[in-house]
Amino acid sequence: MFDFSVVTEWVDEGLRSWLPEGWVLPVEFFLIGLCLLVAYAIIALVLILYERKVCAAFQCRLGPNRVGPWGVTQSVADMLKMLTKELIKINHVDRFLFNLAPFIVIISSVLAFGCIPFAKGLEIIDFNVGVFFLLAVSSIGIVGVLLAGWSSNNKYSLIGAMRSGAQMISYELSIGLTILTMVVFSGSMQLSTIVESQAEGWFIFRAHVPAVIAFVIYLIAGTAETNRGPFDLPEADSELTAGYHTEYSGMHFGFFYLAEYLNMFVVASVAATLFLGGWMPLHIPGWDAFNAAMDWIPSIFWFIGKVAVLIFVIMWFKWTFPRLRIDQLLRLEWKYLLPINLLNLLLMVVVVVFGLHF
Amino acid sequence: MEKKSIKEIVLELEPEAEVRSEQPFTVWVPPYRIPLLAPRLRDDEALAFDFLVCMTGVDEGETLDVVYLLRSTRHGHEMVLRTGTSDRENPELPSVVEVWATANLNEREVYDFLGIRFINHPDMRRLFLRNDWVGYPLRKDYNADPAVNPVPLESEETVDVAPMYEAHVEGDNVDIEEKENVVFGDEEYVVNIGPQHPATHGVLRFRVQLDGEIVRKVDVNCGYIHRGIEKMTESLTYPQTLALTDRLDYLSAHQNRHALCMCIEEALGLEVSDRVKYIRTIMDELTRIASHLLFWSTFCMDLGALTAFFYGFRDREKILDMFEESCGGRLIMNYNTIGGVMQDISPNLAHRIKTFVKYLPPMLKEYHDVFTGNIIARQRMQGIGVLDYDAAVSNGVTGPSGRASGWSCDVRKKHPYGVYDRVEFDEVIRHDGDVWGRYMVRMDEILQSLRILEQLVDNIPQGEWQAKTKPVIKLPEGSWYRSVEASRGEFGVYIESRGEKYPYRMKFRSPGLPLISVVDPLARGGKIADLIAVGGSLDYVVPDIDR
Repeated sequence: MFDFSVVTEWVDEGLRSWLPEGWVLPVEFFLIGLCLLVAYAIIALVLILYERKVCAAFQCRLGPNRVGPWGVTQSVADMLKMLTKELIKINHVDRFLFNLAPFIVIISSVLAFGCIPFAKGLEIIDFNVGVFFLLAVSSIGIVGVLLAGWSSNNKYSLIGAMRSGAQMISYELSIGLTILTMVVFSGSMQLSTIVESQAEGWFIFRAHVPAVIAFVIYLIAGTAETNRGPFDLPEADSELTAGYHTEYSGMHFGFFYLAEYLNMFVVASVAATLFLGGWMPLHIPGWDAFNAAMDWIPSIFWFIGKVAVLIFVIMWFKWTFPRLRIDQLLRLEWKYLLPINLLNLLLMVVVVVFGLHF
Repeated sequence: MEKKSIKEIVLELEPEAEVRSEQPFTVWVPPYRIPLLAPRLRDDEALAFDFLVCMTGVDEGETLDVVYLLRSTRHGHEMVLRTGTSDRENPELPSVVEVWATANLNEREVYDFLGIRFINHPDMRRLFLRNDWVGYPLRKDYNADPAVNPVPLESEETVDVAPMYEAHVEGDNVDIEEKENVVFGDEEYVVNIGPQHPATHGVLRFRVQLDGEIVRKVDVNCGYIHRGIEKMTESLTYPQTLALTDRLDYLSAHQNRHALCMCIEEALGLEVSDRVKYIRTIMDELTRIASHLLFWSTFCMDLGALTAFFYGFRDREKILDMFEESCGGRLIMNYNTIGGVMQDISPNLAHRIKTFVKYLPPMLKEYHDVFTGNIIARQRMQGIGVLDYDAAVSNGVTGPSGRASGWSCDVRKKHPYGVYDRVEFDEVIRHDGDVWGRYMVRMDEILQSLRILEQLVDNIPQGEWQAKTKPVIKLPEGSWYRSVEASRGEFGVYIESRGEKYPYRMKFRSPGLPLISVVDPLARGGKIADLIAVGGSLDYVVPDIDR
């Protein structure tokens, strides 16, 4: 299987031979940051097009099909439009917080994006508490949402932000607990180790029942965490027009929009990494020929394929279900998901302690 | 029950009543007797006039009159009660809000257009026009000079106090005291839902007092799309007035126009051919299906199920295509005329309807699979916004919304018109009274409408599609009321004529006004999302409310 560290080491060596000692690291940081942001933007654009096509398929429509073949450059055109739009100055807003909020949201999502192991040897932030770091940075986003709602000086925005606060803090618990369940199983918080240890079979198969329960709960909570339907209460368009980002225009709105899609990507990537082996091909112990054939498919395709399937499931939710009400949403979390999650964690501990897994 | 006995009982209850007409039974009662008579009319076992169908203010020249059309939901009989005041400077009449809740918005409308202040009405603000509007448009001496009411360049200031005129009776001396009722206090968190809001389905404005997520009070502000249609009709000939009805509730265009045509035909004594009756009935039912499909789409969208919207519109499109083929229009059809219809139906219509009748039931099953059966949808609908039977009758909530509260109020069954007496169909009645009930009634009504279409489509008799009318249509002196079952309730037309070619007063009983009057009681105590669900399930159409 192709190892991306060959490429990165080649670049590293090349830079070291060309540049003076002190310059190498800053230049590498810059290059990595640039690659990350470009990947971030491209993935967001692809996701937007993907969503529009999926949504169109559900709604018996064609979706964008005028800009480029099959409408592929539609979201590029949309991005250019968004970039050239005016940032409307609104009276009576807390200007500093109002302008800060979209950056907090996007920074949190970029940081979380940086933790994801995309392919073999293609990990940017990878250290021994990687999972913990990922959880921590992805929760910063909610501060941005609350700030946006508060500083907009708009009643809809405030209600949207309050809903968002209640929702994200609640579902953060479920996300944390499901991830903890898988950390108990893998025995490591380092994302690369978690992926490597799935070489003998994905966790969802090896840890059977508790892993499947955790996977389902993670998908529900992850959908809620990204404020997507049926959990899109913070921006419920038929109730609050656009929720916390009602007052934003131009690229500030664009940041919220990008972050929303990228958060979906991050949620799907984490699910893929923890449960479906990340970039690890499908391996069945004992079937060596099959495993070798699977290894022949590059790891990046495995990763993207899994994430695409998961994102499709999340979109499927959105375009099928009606929206929950705020009390139903919180009841689902606190009365059902959280207790099930705690029991599931216990179950997983029992499974690990007594070695009941494959 | 015989009309005569109603007359006897009424005269027994109210010796001062003056019988104006026998058919329909009309009495004139001096205003100061109304507060005593109204509750008796409602509570008397034999009369039981518990439904105020239509309340019209008329400027009679000498006097400013109010006409109450009363109906008993138990016995089915009707009577007309009139009262009036000759004081044109400070006209004051007693309010009947305590007796019939639907009078609340209706009296505000009469105040708005005729300046009659209703004593003991809790909220005498203008309903449609701006608070700073000069004059009362439906008075015959109204000054329509644009200089009096120039186009306002500033936003209307929101007034949070409502005037109330309270009567204190001491012997023969009646003392009127002006009070102020606070609508919203300064400390309240009041959010505007509308006038520009995706869930109000038009330019309607709810001012909602919130306590966190919980709705404490809803104040309805109408008039953003008020076009003064009732005023306009007074200067139009009868054939000209027809075009305006399609623009009231644009989703019941055929039915509205049907009501007006029937009313004029009744006044003229004009009999339309069977073919016309069949065509009108078919068009009415197609309109109803189209309207209920649109209800389903928008309601699902209000609840966040965005895909459903496209399914409903996809199927509604097929009906609009039929309209286009026969009438030329898709939304505003302008099809019914006095004595018939504009042109004969397309030869293709019968085939299209037959295909459609077969096509829709499987689609409805799909709707139920996709949305109705969904656990989230059920939890959002069941037990939310319960309207009980008495409140429905008192507020005059007719149509599918009334029938969901157990009120058998289908005009097609009660006072058959068109060919509804020749077809078999069930009046869908449920007793839940909640959002779920209102939703299911509409879904089941689509099936009933398909049943009606199935029976009619093969039996359209030959005949002329337009009766001969005089070139200038003049109605004899008198007043008439005819109603039809429009998509969202009883749509009635009240015409008062003085024998001219223009109506003296034309009033439309819109089914929408009672619907928004129950938004406040239904949404109180619920969440914001419930307010949206309640609004969606009532399925009001704003141009119909504002007229």
